[in-house]
Amino acid sequence: MSALPLPGGPAPVDGGLAAPSAAPSVSPAQRAWRRFRADRRGWWSLWIFGTLVVLSLFAELLSNDRPIVAHYQGKTFFPLWDTVPETAFGGDFATPTDYLDPFIREQFAKPGNWAIYPPNPYRFDTINYFAPSPNPAAPSSVNVLGTDDRGRDVLARLIYGFRVSVLFGLALTAIGVVIGVITGAIQGYFGGRIDLAFQRFIEIWGSMPELYLLLIFASLFEPGVLILLVILSLFGWMGLSDYVRAEFLRNRNLEYVTAARALGLSSWQIIRRHVLPNSLTPVIAFLPFRMSGAILALTSLDFLGLGVPPSTASLGELLAQGKANLDAWWITLSTFAVLVGTLMLLIFIGEALRTALDTRRG
Amino acid sequence: MSAVTADPALLDVRSLSVVFDGPGGEVRAVDDVSFAIARGEKFALVGESGSGKTQTALALLRLNGDARVGGRIAFDGRDLTEASERELRGVRGRDIAMIFQEPMTALNPLYTVGDQIGETVVVHEGATRAAARARAIELLDLTGIPEPQRRVDSYPHQLSGGQRQRAMIAMALACSPSLLVADEPTTALDVTIQQQIVDLLDDLQRKLRMSVLLITHDLPLVRRFADRVGVMRNGRLLEVAPTAQLFSAPADPYTRRLIDSRPRRALDPVGPDAPELIRGERIGCRYWLRAGWFGRKPFDAVRDVDLTVRRGETLGVVGESGSGKTTLGMALLRLAAGEVSGAIGFDGERLDGRPQSVLRPLRRRMQVVFQDPYNALSPRMTVEQIVGEGLELHRPDLDRDRRREAIVAMLGEVGLDPSALARYPHEFSGGQRQRIAIARAAIVLTHGDRALPIAGRTDPTGSGALLLLDEPTSALDVSVQQQVLELLCSLQRKYGLSYVFITHDLAVIRAMAHRVIVMKDGVVVESGDTDALFDHPRADYTRALLAAADG
Repeated sequence: MSALPLPGGPAPVDGGLAAPSAAPSVSPAQRAWRRFRADRRGWWSLWIFGTLVVLSLFAELLSNDRPIVAHYQGKTFFPLWDTVPETAFGGDFATPTDYLDPFIREQFAKPGNWAIYPPNPYRFDTINYFAPSPNPAAPSSVNVLGTDDRGRDVLARLIYGFRVSVLFGLALTAIGVVIGVITGAIQGYFGGRIDLAFQRFIEIWGSMPELYLLLIFASLFEPGVLILLVILSLFGWMGLSDYVRAEFLRNRNLEYVTAARALGLSSWQIIRRHVLPNSLTPVIAFLPFRMSGAILALTSLDFLGLGVPPSTASLGELLAQGKANLDAWWITLSTFAVLVGTLMLLIFIGEALRTALDTRRG
Repeated sequence: MSAVTADPALLDVRSLSVVFDGPGGEVRAVDDVSFAIARGEKFALVGESGSGKTQTALALLRLNGDARVGGRIAFDGRDLTEASERELRGVRGRDIAMIFQEPMTALNPLYTVGDQIGETVVVHEGATRAAARARAIELLDLTGIPEPQRRVDSYPHQLSGGQRQRAMIAMALACSPSLLVADEPTTALDVTIQQQIVDLLDDLQRKLRMSVLLITHDLPLVRRFADRVGVMRNGRLLEVAPTAQLFSAPADPYTRRLIDSRPRRALDPVGPDAPELIRGERIGCRYWLRAGWFGRKPFDAVRDVDLTVRRGETLGVVGESGSGKTTLGMALLRLAAGEVSGAIGFDGERLDGRPQSVLRPLRRRMQVVFQDPYNALSPRMTVEQIVGEGLELHRPDLDRDRRREAIVAMLGEVGLDPSALARYPHEFSGGQRQRIAIARAAIVLTHGDRALPIAGRTDPTGSGALLLLDEPTSALDVSVQQQVLELLCSLQRKYGLSYVFITHDLAVIRAMAHRVIVMKDGVVVESGDTDALFDHPRADYTRALLAAADG
């Protein structure tokens, strides 16, 4: 845009008050973003967290029990995508190849043959039948962070468990935000009887025993990520809804909303263009905290055995294993570190966001 | 002028500066300000918002938070700039006391008025609770609050605005300070109450022989109250002179501009055959208040108001806060939240009892501008979006470029540069924001530029349009106020707009309105042509209002 001085020329200048600077305009959202970037701790936390999440999305390439590329007797295989029978590598049976088998490894070590394994050669559910030490095994060159009591690699389970936790947290937060904003907006904008009815509904709904419902549902249905998501979403929107309602109640009385009504805008247009954008500050400031809350909820439920089935990698299940095998310190310690690290990054991001959105600053 | 003793000055301020460290370098809020106040003198610092007058007052007691204060402040022979925080605490409240603008937020809502007045006495004089209470009652009596024995146990919310300000003054006087700093003590009050508070301050100053430093933007108040005046602008003290001299022969051109910036009448008379645009008969607006658990009781914010506005005419609505003038305006445009009764006709169409969807097309002919320029613009939209929104709604036939053309033209008319288009409201001053708000309303009323083809019509406001102005200049500085009023007059002249102008400021109404209605407690007390009403007020209430405004 042009950088003309404002408001110069023949126009009357209002009492010589400080005129806006000639620098290009920044929207309030852009200003908040700049303040966020100025907070080094939050900014770095966002980068680290983002990198970890992106890396974990490619967990299959980082931690897997199949080689990414294998070359055997002039033929190239992509075992990550194709299941190759053992016979292809000189084995005796037509079963899927177990690439941890020392025999297969020897085959690839022969001249002319090679295989590129992922950095960590285990999947979250790989059981190493050829492990040199009994389970749970302490950290060694075979398993960097040791194994759990079923012989599964702890590092692999942490990587996949982190991914499940973060994706679960994201999904739960997103659903909670959508429901919370919609219900809060309806209550706050229309007020009156609608507000009253909704508030009573929330009071009744909020006093339902969430944990018992979870227990009942866990026995009724096959426990899984989806059913957890549905149940936690049913109860997770209420806190946010109250915040949005309060913001709407405040903002709908501001004069620019009355001005919009005077212009003839419909309720929906006023909500979308005027009230909603100005009511989202607490929603955005709470996002990281809600996400850490969601991750913690999933972990606790898994720890209690009410969460995802044991075959799914999960931080809570690892913690439970650590508790059951107190002498296997590597399970508890590494899981604890991942959990604390994740939550801390989220809290740092959240704190930076909160300061950035504080309208009393610059 | 009251007698000023020949003693050395009570307060002597030399090259005072207050500097804030902002993100874009340091900001000098107060720059090289020197003045002195004698014992028993009433000194006023006048300036518009941002002139540094309040920062100067706060610097006396080093209450400016994290600002850097330079220069020398001598009080009663002591150097306050050298004093430790502990010594200053001894001075605050005991030797120098302050009263603030907003009496609601300056009193702690959790304590009774008596507790808060007594606190100063307990802290500074080590009085017992019983003695403090007795003193509080005495002070409340002194400030003219009725039934001080009962009021001493009231909480701030149980008092009216004027009573709260009296309680604040009582608090400030608790330790018989030798200097009272009053920061805009009457700005938040109604005119008739303002008058009482000024009289009270005057009276107390004489009785207690203290010095008063009055901080204000209100020139009539200064003229009535102060012995000497200092004029501040942009952190600098431009001139100091005895009040009479300053008003009769101002030395600085800025001072002259301030004094001259009283609203001037620049109205075109309305022809006798001008058609009627809006007519309201027996307009009422009722709210239901909660009473008890399930009961409701009615509260009539407006009752039985009849009014008419003709094409090109301005109807002034005057009244103090709570008189129902804003509710009346909102009821006229069918924007009020309460139950509206009575008949409202707009250019032959009935507005009452019609659903909002039916009124929507009519909204292009009736718009509103509010008092507070800070809340009237959505902070997350650019000026182009704000001004263009109504046009987009009512003129969907215009494409993006045509719309922008119309917006630029309208911004030009309200005195803003096209470079404002992509900017956000926070980048503008109060006066500029009010111009944007006027542009938003006017662009809808005039359908953009006259030069643009308008479906089936050659004259943009051919059948008349109404603009409701709800205290449009009350939040603005005096010099800006005059510019905004002139802008409104020129828009009226050019487009033949009709205004309903709501205000508590009689000077503004006298300059702006053809006819006036005076409201009190929801009913019309008096109505008539502006000049006739101002020259020969019939109702007692109108007379009281006029007396308070003239001083």
